[in-house]
Amino acid sequence: MTKKQRKTGLIFFPAFDWAISPTHPEREERLLYTQDQVWEEGLLDFENIIEFKPGLATVEDINRIHICVPDAKSVITESHLISAGGAITAADRVLKGDVDNAFALVRPPGHHAMRVVHGARGFCNVNIEAIMIEYIRRHYGPKRIAVVDTDCHHGDGTQDIFWHDPETLFISMHQDGRTLYPGSGFHDEFGGPNALGATINIPLPPRTSERGFLHVLENVILPILSEFKPDIIINSAGQDNHYTDPITDMRFTAQGYAALNERLAPHIAVLEGGYSIEKALPYVNVGIILAMAGIDYSHVREPDYDPPSLRESDDIMRRIERDAAEIYKLWRKRDTLKEKLVGGAGYARRRKSIYYDTDGISEQQEETVRVCDDCGGLILIDSTADTGSRIYAVIVPGRSCDVCRQNGEEFYARTGRGKYSRVYYQDRDRDVFLVK
Amino acid sequence: MILGIDVGGTHTDAVLIHDFKIVKKAKVLTDPDNLLQSLLEVTQTLLSGEDAAKLGRVVLSTTISTNAIVQGKTDRVGMVLACGPGIAPERLAVGGDCHFVSGYVNHRGLEAAAIDDDEIRRVGEQFRAQGIEQAGIVGKFSTRNPVQELRIRDRLQGVTGHLSLGHRMSGHLNFPRRIATTYLNASIARLYGRFVEDVLNFVHRQGISVPIYILKADGGTLDIGQSIEYPVQNILSGPAASIMGVLSLSRGREDAVVLDIGGTTTDIAVFAEGVPLLEAFGVTIEGYKTLIRGLRTRSIGLGGDSRVRVEQGRLCIGPVREGPAAAFGGPSPTPTDAMIVLGLTDIGDRDRAKQALETPAAALNCSVDQAARRIFDESCRIIVDAVRRMISEINNQPVYTIHEMLEGKQLQPEILYVVGGPAGAMAPRLAELMSCQAHIPEHPEVANAVGAALARTTAEVTVLADTEQKFLSIAEEGYRTTIPPRFSREDAIRIGREKLREKAVRMGAREEDLEIEVIESQEFNMVNQFYTTGRNIRVKLQVKPGLIAGLQTGDRL
Repeated sequence: MTKKQRKTGLIFFPAFDWAISPTHPEREERLLYTQDQVWEEGLLDFENIIEFKPGLATVEDINRIHICVPDAKSVITESHLISAGGAITAADRVLKGDVDNAFALVRPPGHHAMRVVHGARGFCNVNIEAIMIEYIRRHYGPKRIAVVDTDCHHGDGTQDIFWHDPETLFISMHQDGRTLYPGSGFHDEFGGPNALGATINIPLPPRTSERGFLHVLENVILPILSEFKPDIIINSAGQDNHYTDPITDMRFTAQGYAALNERLAPHIAVLEGGYSIEKALPYVNVGIILAMAGIDYSHVREPDYDPPSLRESDDIMRRIERDAAEIYKLWRKRDTLKEKLVGGAGYARRRKSIYYDTDGISEQQEETVRVCDDCGGLILIDSTADTGSRIYAVIVPGRSCDVCRQNGEEFYARTGRGKYSRVYYQDRDRDVFLVK
Repeated sequence: MILGIDVGGTHTDAVLIHDFKIVKKAKVLTDPDNLLQSLLEVTQTLLSGEDAAKLGRVVLSTTISTNAIVQGKTDRVGMVLACGPGIAPERLAVGGDCHFVSGYVNHRGLEAAAIDDDEIRRVGEQFRAQGIEQAGIVGKFSTRNPVQELRIRDRLQGVTGHLSLGHRMSGHLNFPRRIATTYLNASIARLYGRFVEDVLNFVHRQGISVPIYILKADGGTLDIGQSIEYPVQNILSGPAASIMGVLSLSRGREDAVVLDIGGTTTDIAVFAEGVPLLEAFGVTIEGYKTLIRGLRTRSIGLGGDSRVRVEQGRLCIGPVREGPAAAFGGPSPTPTDAMIVLGLTDIGDRDRAKQALETPAAALNCSVDQAARRIFDESCRIIVDAVRRMISEINNQPVYTIHEMLEGKQLQPEILYVVGGPAGAMAPRLAELMSCQAHIPEHPEVANAVGAALARTTAEVTVLADTEQKFLSIAEEGYRTTIPPRFSREDAIRIGREKLREKAVRMGAREEDLEIEVIESQEFNMVNQFYTTGRNIRVKLQVKPGLIAGLQTGDRL
């Protein structure tokens, strides 16, 4: 089989000396067998696969996207600066043209980390893709960016961060939230009033396998991408849809992951979850790296790979086909939905209860967005956690219109510490982050 | 007394060293068709009038393996490969006689698919029918568990010549490199075996009965008898000889850069705290990427005799060499001519050098002296750029722990060692550009032979312990033993140290040269369903490349 070879950057950072706790799935050993397999297959000897050392992300990179309570330094460890730095290195290499695409095979992961960070949830402290995306915009100018999250768990953190951003398309395909953490990611989660359709959720029934995933890819994701026309496609490449994963219930395979990656052709892939560290990750990662580099992956297989036993039932397939058609129809109607949803209101508000399972923290959040036709809209956040912190944040979106910025400046000036332990101001375009 | 001989492509150099002083040196032209003849010549020159009984050891650095591979004087090798899934088999084929057979072990060393005995028997029959005498057997992850390679060996009838097993080549992971290394080893084994036999006969006739060593690519030595099974170990030992020579002619424990500036190329090597750096995976020869430990060197196409041209107003130096410098009757201007014009060296015919530089001077629209200065500066700049690239490559090598990421040592060379013809003329300027101190070792013309003479025996072992499966293995030693569940990393290091000591002594090391260090040490909890089921321990130890004991405390050569 001959394919078009591409130059692929690999940023491998297994953090062999970092764990959430000694027996936690997110522990030192997680990428050990992946490293063994990648080394044994000799992938780094291919001329078109180049390994890069990750750089370190900075606190400024984090403050461009998150509101960390009380501050970035107290919610992260060095490991997070390196994994976010690894994603940034991947982006730099691609955007500078050193490589055609890049895979940040790094840990710890990030896609459950939301805009406001009181602690760790779903093994994530900060959102490494989101940090990378705003880094890209800061250093390479405005870009339309699509994130396709193929982790088995709904990428609720990434969704939260880009909920109001019409320039960032977030598509998540995942095991149905009624059957798995974090319990969200349904069709009707479709983006904020200024960014309807820029969030797409595709829940899949348990036991979905290659046919189902590839059907959704061909019939929903690729058509939407071709209409959205992103400058950059990012894959949040979780590997826990695998049939051997201990904490999920899907039937995906190394062959499936490689085929999906080949057809999606992301510029940047970033590892997310995936905890079948011996039986899945070594093979899935080899498959993904080969697919990105345009090298024949047809011989990559798990030792016990048996397609007939993994195949989804026709019932499951019919359900997936029906849901896929519905989601695509919803996307086509996105522009007509705004008026129905917000009417003549100047501001839209949503209330969220957020649970940080990893750190055992509960947060109540009220998020208000200015309904705006000219930009993503000014965001105002009032957040209280049971740690005792209550904070207020004023967020001027990227590519902000003058009115939203002016309102934001006024809100920040007007809001005193009072009942809040901190008041934050974040302005993406001007790269300003203030705290009082 | 120590006799050190480097049989190079052009010259065979030899030195006789007594009490770490060079007492005699010799240089003859190498006869590529009869290496032994060159050996004979230098040995006789050096030993005439000496008492052969006083000789303590002989070390030989030879191009025999390198040349066999470069010139394609290799034997046909039947390769039996148990690949399992992964990279497409056609990417792994080497040498034209590959058989891909069923069976493989996984990353944990567990058999994931079985060997088919009938299939192996049929492969053996084919080898016999095709007159293939040498064979190589390589399995995926065989360094994790060699059981399948051993089974194939036992079932493969009819191999009359040399048989190489992949897991014995190196403890490192990298299946394609293991295949290439095994193939090369088997393909030169017969030729190399004859060479060793000839050398041994020759030294016996000379009345020499001391240990004979062969220099390896990592700048370490190996007893010649032990080298017969692993001839591929001594590929590319030539550059290693020179670098070890510089090491012996230098002192210090600093970070340093070594430049060997020849006529056509400049070779760069690096010492970290006085120890030569090795290639991360292994050396590359004729496009074959191998697992052979070798000194890390980079070669650039710029030397004293590189052709100088001006193309579209730009000064271009190298990589072509058209002959000697114009000052020695060569056809085009060269950096050497520039150095002669600038008065940095007083070799050759200065008028011819000046005349040759008139052409580039005219094209650059400047005087001959100015052109000479520009050529010289540009040559130095090209070399320094290459050194900087190599240092930055080393400093940006990926690391896999937070500790190394934040605390990792950065290489900062303080000393520049320069050998080769233009060393004297270029060293001051190069050192200035690199903010280093320049050193030109004495006897640079026989640094290679000195390096061979004084190199110590080096070795490496890779220990893998799995307390869940209760085994410890050192694959390249063919060693496997059971371990108790409470086995610790310290235990693994202790066993590794013992086994490395045994291995090094078997290879010819002296006790006083066993400078052993742990180069990798990792330990992981293996967890199943949230319970710790065992530990996965990985340890690598080596005898550092370096010089035989006695010299460090002794005088300068």
